[in-house]
Amino acid sequence: MSGAVVASNLAVGYGGYTVVDGISFDLRAGGLMCLIGTNGSGKSTLLKTLAGLNAPVHGDVHLLGAAPGTQPARVGYLAQRPASSFTLPIRAADVVAMGRFAHLGLIKRARPADRKLCRESIERMGVTPFADRPLLELSGGQQQRTHLAQALARRADVLLLDEPTAGLDPAGREVFAAAVAAERVRGCAVVMATHDLADAEGADLVLLLASRLVAAGTPAEVLTDDNLRASFGFTGQH
Amino acid sequence: MSDFLISPFADNAFLHRALLAGVLVALACAVVGTFVVLRGLAFVADALAHGVLPGIASAVLLGLPTILGAAVGTAVMMGGVSVITRRSRLSSDTAIGLLFAGMLALGVMITSKSRSFTGDLTRILFGDVLGVDRLDLLWQLIAVVLVGAIAWLCRRPFLLLCVEPELATTSGFQVRRYESLLLLIVAIAIISSFQSVGTLLVFGMLLAPASTAALVTRRMGAMMAMAALIGSASTYAGLLLSYHADLAAGASIVAVAVAIFLLVFAGVEVWAAMRGSVRVTDAGHHRHHDHGHGQVHA
Repeated sequence: MSGAVVASNLAVGYGGYTVVDGISFDLRAGGLMCLIGTNGSGKSTLLKTLAGLNAPVHGDVHLLGAAPGTQPARVGYLAQRPASSFTLPIRAADVVAMGRFAHLGLIKRARPADRKLCRESIERMGVTPFADRPLLELSGGQQQRTHLAQALARRADVLLLDEPTAGLDPAGREVFAAAVAAERVRGCAVVMATHDLADAEGADLVLLLASRLVAAGTPAEVLTDDNLRASFGFTGQH
Repeated sequence: MSDFLISPFADNAFLHRALLAGVLVALACAVVGTFVVLRGLAFVADALAHGVLPGIASAVLLGLPTILGAAVGTAVMMGGVSVITRRSRLSSDTAIGLLFAGMLALGVMITSKSRSFTGDLTRILFGDVLGVDRLDLLWQLIAVVLVGAIAWLCRRPFLLLCVEPELATTSGFQVRRYESLLLLIVAIAIISSFQSVGTLLVFGMLLAPASTAALVTRRMGAMMAMAALIGSASTYAGLLLSYHADLAAGASIVAVAVAIFLLVFAGVEVWAAMRGSVRVTDAGHHRHHDHGHGQVHA
């Protein structure tokens, strides 16, 4: 049990139905693991399982030495499309502040340090120009930046991100890449689902999924023509 | 002018008490209604409001305190909905609808055993805000304090449940526990308010002021404060209307609250149309709600 996120012969699914079986990996603190695969290949299901939202079907999985969902203050999760309700036109800055709730719990008061973290996260993701505007008035990319800032404000030791760059413009992708790099330097392990093979090339570990585990290992081991053909039906990523 | 606006309350103790009762209803319903509107609990709240009917009717028949009957009725309704939803494949609105109809029918059946059937039924459904006594006011005050305390203590999980339910779980809050607590404060607000505005009209006080506030505020606390103001103003205006025009008091209060919603809704629409007629947004992210901040998106 050395790594930050460790799985051994893990099967993930929902409602008793298995989506992917036989997943094993060991991601170190500060490491980056990318989940690659088509829509419906099991990436989101695996991330939800790591976040404690879905129970594992069978097998072992540990985050920071404990079961999923047991250390909310240390594990941040960002859904593919966060299911935000828009009945209340809540401001972007307030959405980011909700990232601190895992630390504050029911009764702790938000301290200057909490507010500073939120401010920094807002700046890092370039949310400042629209921080005071209601989330529902923002574009998809601006909403995604807001939710990424919320995830950063958690100051977690493990970040689980489901297609974090979806909807981001090139500038947004750049600030996101810088933020992930900074989080990793701090020792935070990052697991993210992505469709961008360029992201995966810089990762420590890559899992290639296609409703089954096609390959797992370093980018050089996993991103081979044969593997890509097996999961996507094509090879040329460039 | 003061003869028209203030004297009715200064000269008539019953109207004075009615105003106090109405304001207490407005306070409890502002807090609870905010969650009902944001979390989409309108149907559950409606069902709870009717679930109390057989309880109250039995209490009236047996000569027990009605508030006790209301509490039992609500508990049966909440328990029933949760059991049917969890144990069957039926969706929660089906379970709620079923019990809602059943409890309403049972309530009317029990009431029909009473000698003053129509009078009792009318009082239960539409309330008797002019007949509120000091003890009723005390119960209402306790309910307002209790609802306020629970809402304040659980403000973070409640906000997450309303805005981003998944984040509630991943932030370490047990969703089922806070959902139950949310239903509990809905029940407390209904039980404490039915005496004044009745089981049918309490629903209007839960929804109208909070919905109006949702049109013009951006934060949950502000929404509650504005809902409380609107609810209190509706109580005052409704009682005045009822006094001068000789109309049913509870119904007048709720009618004013709904009228305020319609006015504010129209105002917001007109304001938006005047501020910015062209709204350009990123493809796929245009939403039709405007909330009056009409802005042109680039």
